[in-house]
Amino acid sequence: MENLLEIKNLHATIDGKEILKGINLTVKAGEVHAIMGPNGSGKSTLSNVLVGHPAYTVTEGEIFYKGKNLLELAPEERSHEGLFLSFQYPVEIPGVSITNFMRAAINAKRQYLGQEPMNATEFLKMMREKRALVNLESKLANRSVNEGFSGGEKKRNEIFQMAMLEPTLSILDETDSGLDIDALRIVAEGVNKLKREDTSSLVITHYQRLLDYIKPDIVHVLYNGKIVKTAGPELVMELEERGYDWIKALNN
Amino acid sequence: MKSKNNILKKLANKAYEFGFVSKIKTEVIERGLNEDVIRLISGKKNEPEWMLEFRLQAYRYWLTLEMPSWAHLSIPPIDYQAISYYADPLKKNNEGKSKEIDPELMKTFEKLGIPLEERLALSGTAVDAVMDSVSVKTTFKEELKEKGIIFCSMGEAVQEHPDLVRKYLGTVVNYRDNFFAALNSAVFSDGSFVYIPKGVRCPRELSTYFRINAANTGQFERTLIIADDDSYVSYLEGCTAPMRDENQLHAAIVEIVVNNNAEVKYSTVQNWYPGDAEGKGGVYNFVTKRGDCRGTGSKLSWTQVETGSAITWKYPSCILRGDNSQGEFYSVALTNNFQQADTGTKMIHLGKNTKSTIISKGISAGQSQNSYRGLVRVSKNADGARNYSQCDSLLLGDKCGAHTFPYMDIHNKSAVIEHEATTSKISEDQLFYCNQRGIGTEEAIGLIVNGYAKEVINKLPMEFAIEAQKLLSVSLEGAVG
Repeated sequence: MENLLEIKNLHATIDGKEILKGINLTVKAGEVHAIMGPNGSGKSTLSNVLVGHPAYTVTEGEIFYKGKNLLELAPEERSHEGLFLSFQYPVEIPGVSITNFMRAAINAKRQYLGQEPMNATEFLKMMREKRALVNLESKLANRSVNEGFSGGEKKRNEIFQMAMLEPTLSILDETDSGLDIDALRIVAEGVNKLKREDTSSLVITHYQRLLDYIKPDIVHVLYNGKIVKTAGPELVMELEERGYDWIKALNN
Repeated sequence: MKSKNNILKKLANKAYEFGFVSKIKTEVIERGLNEDVIRLISGKKNEPEWMLEFRLQAYRYWLTLEMPSWAHLSIPPIDYQAISYYADPLKKNNEGKSKEIDPELMKTFEKLGIPLEERLALSGTAVDAVMDSVSVKTTFKEELKEKGIIFCSMGEAVQEHPDLVRKYLGTVVNYRDNFFAALNSAVFSDGSFVYIPKGVRCPRELSTYFRINAANTGQFERTLIIADDDSYVSYLEGCTAPMRDENQLHAAIVEIVVNNNAEVKYSTVQNWYPGDAEGKGGVYNFVTKRGDCRGTGSKLSWTQVETGSAITWKYPSCILRGDNSQGEFYSVALTNNFQQADTGTKMIHLGKNTKSTIISKGISAGQSQNSYRGLVRVSKNADGARNYSQCDSLLLGDKCGAHTFPYMDIHNKSAVIEHEATTSKISEDQLFYCNQRGIGTEEAIGLIVNGYAKEVINKLPMEFAIEAQKLLSVSLEGAVG
């Protein structure tokens, strides 16, 4: 299998403070990786650095995505190249309907790929199909992006956008946070329906419960800015039983 | 973000797409203002004696006034003797009488997206095209006439419908109203005249397109709209000017009379040249717009999208005289670079059960200053008056200013007055969220600003709405930083 993502010795800072201290990680096409770890270990920083959030500075290391130097691409180019982040805290954009937002996103990508803008009929048909996939009510699609949405609705909207943009590598950042068990199941089922043989995911989570639904191939533990343990799915159960203290003890 | 500076530069260059100058032979009278100049203008327009008297009276009053200084604006001194008060771009024949349209003039309006040939008209809008001081052409005049609708230039109305003009001119905005109203009443040139007879619903959108072309001239158009009982009209106004280093003065008056159960919708997309990124040049837009809802159950709504002008001083207002009359004001005012805007409305409740709505959305970027100034007055006898005001400000960057000056003057205890105000910023998180979905920063700002202004944009007729959306994006993209 081909390497989709290769992270080599990645160091990153925010406001001058080093959060990532030498991450090495390789994701092959088709794989689902879980990144677990205690709070403050750098999980969200890793996802933000991957999608090019301007608040973070990469001070050392390299990231290759589809063989390209990811760090040279602007955030929107990373998106066009198939990188998607389901945000932990999706922002509200008042007055901008999900429909208009998605049309802008899809057409920006098509322009990048040298394609004509999608016509209205085709676009609305796609909206309907993808909405059905993640159980997003039609009335939500006409509302402003995330404005007044419940926690569950926001996360479902993230997965809906993921369905629309059909990413190659999707990063789910604490997608389970703030969800009750029913909402979690709906969101996870949406993610599973979107899984194709050639698409990969990074599932970032503190708890095991999301991983009951989205089965990882490989599990990493991130602690203090480094990946300190990598194993198969059985590691999830072990962490659930033993917590993170033994990991911390081993690495302090 | 490192790309921001580039975006800004790119936009500074492309932002104003109407800044071209047309080479048209234009008759411009000598600069300066005195009674002879007023007689000259009146003579050129072949006006009756009463019209000249009206002008002279206003001029003499204007001489006693000083420019108002209460607005939150810093206005450099204006030399009123350095301006030419009349510029005529139409061709004359040998006797200097009959006038022709220079093909270059037709081209200019085509370039502005305003075709003057009826067969090319978009979505059936009738247009009165005004360049400098003169109405160039009014389309669909004949067709409208069949319904008894009068749609022509002010100059023509004075000739053809003197009784109507005399009956209504200056009855909504008296020449004594303010400094610029007095100036306009003295030197006004073509704007549009509209009369909708009783019971007629105007089948077309009527619009006037104002273009300043000549240098060192002022534009002082005057528009008068009369909607008789049970009639309806939707009227649109658009304006552009070339990019010039000197400031140009535009001081217009719009008067609207709304009779029993009539309804007038007045929409403006104001895109006068705003000056360059350093604040050089641009139009001074000092305008008095007012409607008098004289009739029972009459309704007037003002919708404005203001993106242009170096300085804007403008308060489209409603006098709610008739019982159950309604006034509305929907406004988006965007300022960038060194633009200044002091704009808002006055809602004067005189009749019983009158209702007014004010939705104002200010957007400030660059080093601009943007003020909302509004008055809600409820008089002693105006039982059951209601007002709802919402004034929002959106700030882009930290060098600009947004200000709100709401005045309330309530003399009747039954009045219900609501006022809401918010101030917000486009956050880095919102922009990044858009970026992550593949939407570039420029487009994201346009999207967010249009979302913010949506409530007002939605009030515009379809084609104007699309133009307004584009304008908002073009005037602002990349302005965050």
